[in-house]
Amino acid sequence: MAEPLLALDRVTKSFGALRVTDEVSLDISKGELHALIGPNGAGKTSLINQLSGSFASDSGRIVFDGEDVTDLPMHARARRGLVRSFQVTSILPRFTALENVALAAQSRFGSSARFFGNAARESRLNEGAMEALAELGLAERAHRFAGTLSHGEKRRLELAIALALQPKLLLLDEPMAGAGASESEALVGTLSALKGGCTILLVEHDMQAVFALADRISVLVNGGVIATGTPDEVRSDAQVRSAYLGEAG
Amino acid sequence: MRGIAVPMDSTSPTATEPSRALVPVLLFAALALAPLLGAFGAERYVLALLTRCAIFAIAALGLDLALGCGGLVSFGHAAFIGIGGYAAGILTANGIDDGILLLFVALAASGLFALATGAISLKTRGVHFIMITLAFGQMAYFVANSLKAYGGDDGLTLANRASFFGHDLLADNRAFYYLSLAMLLAVYLFARAVLRSRFGRVLRGAKENETRMAAIGFNPYPFRLTAYVISGMMAGVAGFLLAEQSEFVSPAFMTWQRSGDLIIMVMLGGMASLDGAILGAVFVVLTEELLSGFTEHWRVIFGPFLVLVVLFARGGLLGILTGRRHG
Ligand SMILES: Nc1ncnc2c1ncn2[C@@H]1O[C@H](COP(=O)(O)OP(=O)(O)OP(=O)(O)O)[C@@H](O)[C@H]1O
Ligand SMILES: [Mg+2]
Repeated sequence: MAEPLLALDRVTKSFGALRVTDEVSLDISKGELHALIGPNGAGKTSLINQLSGSFASDSGRIVFDGEDVTDLPMHARARRGLVRSFQVTSILPRFTALENVALAAQSRFGSSARFFGNAARESRLNEGAMEALAELGLAERAHRFAGTLSHGEKRRLELAIALALQPKLLLLDEPMAGAGASESEALVGTLSALKGGCTILLVEHDMQAVFALADRISVLVNGGVIATGTPDEVRSDAQVRSAYLGEAG
Repeated sequence: MRGIAVPMDSTSPTATEPSRALVPVLLFAALALAPLLGAFGAERYVLALLTRCAIFAIAALGLDLALGCGGLVSFGHAAFIGIGGYAAGILTANGIDDGILLLFVALAASGLFALATGAISLKTRGVHFIMITLAFGQMAYFVANSLKAYGGDDGLTLANRASFFGHDLLADNRAFYYLSLAMLLAVYLFARAVLRSRFGRVLRGAKENETRMAAIGFNPYPFRLTAYVISGMMAGVAGFLLAEQSEFVSPAFMTWQRSGDLIIMVMLGGMASLDGAILGAVFVVLTEELLSGFTEHWRVIFGPFLVLVVLFARGGLLGILTGRRHG
């Protein structure tokens, strides 16, 4: 089998006595959409935080694209194509939606050691950004301050920023949280269009979306992975049914 | 309530540009015409006061770049003024008085000090950053005090003002003022260009949301350090001019109170707007001049006023003037 794009080896993290990540070992292969599900407080966001470099693990290794990134800070991982979105929207509220995304394009095109020229007017940066905005139905909102967008629009902007980076691996932390039914549907469409082109680790509570999109699913409970497999395998896993899916009906 | 009368387009950044763009034009026009006030007498005094305004506006612009735009609350910026001043003073004492050379050395010295102290200070954030920049500022102050060969705590008198291309251009107070104003304009235009550039956009973004910037691959540190060095060099230019104007430099250039005054100028004027820094500097210099005529404890009167402005006008003086909350 080909070398996985992302490999976790016994990644562990505790907050005091609470073990939020418990010896998680997981491989994500190139091109797959891997869903990570689990009840509230299972440690999904905590795991994303360690994968993206928001905070360090206590022990374990993280290998991305053949390189040990365990000790790299978030910005260095992002530069290598390991890009995340946030469960709690994190944008630049006093920049326009376009500038939020154009900054991502600027990051991807390297040189930011430029002290002259109006960055907001650089078509090279804005064109890619407009594409990402249009993909998420935000083209008309491009020149609004990001802080004035609706909740749903901010969630989509969050995704547009990540997409503009053209990541190798996209870590999505509940992109559909708080979205309406039609918005969720549109997002599922966007994600399935992305599928294959870009590897995705998707944390999501919307089971319909998860089972429609995922190639494989891992189930996290109390910080530990209790099952990994195809949607069918996970659906029929007795342990998963009792620990998680069973509760949900 | 001003908050209710928000124009429909307040969500769009381009809508309010035209009136806002007039502010710097009016500001510089006023500064250019202000020497006419000298026609009513006391021209020498008027020019000296205006020159002081322009000089401190340069330093405040520098601080606004770090503080207002970069979120770096430096409490030691007077050190850069002092270093720029001592660069001029020490070279002049050694018989070197070419203006271009003095300016170059002032820029280099303040820039190097900013690079060294910024590299360390910027490893910290928040209150720690304030404290460590204060500590470096005090360090510079005590070093200046110990410069026995150059006057120690008494300071150092410059034998003559700098010459430019062999002309003693600065001997004339009016010419000195317009040179200071030209430098202010140059610094202002430079700062505006920098803020709009790719670099400036990252700097502003890192102030607004550091996590977001890291998540898209930006390490704020080199951007902040660069901004800090540029900021320090601007204050260095101000120091050079201040020493030339008063033909004197002393450790009093770099007291922590002076650093505090610079912060007040930026906050009072309206942070991150550049125009506000100029406005704040002019206001503080003139107020100090006015109040210190009555009492040396002028800050006691000034303090409560400052608190009121910060509490009730978050955009500072600029916000009051343009009817907008810029902060
Ligand atoms: N910085 C922190 N300090 C202490 N405890 C934390 C911290 N961050 C998370 N936790 C705890 O770790 C546990 C896992 O939280 P986490 O946010 O990773 O769960 P989650 O699976 O993402 O939940 P949800 O589905 O609600 O988003 C929770 O009990 C949470 O309270
Ligand atoms: Mg979570």
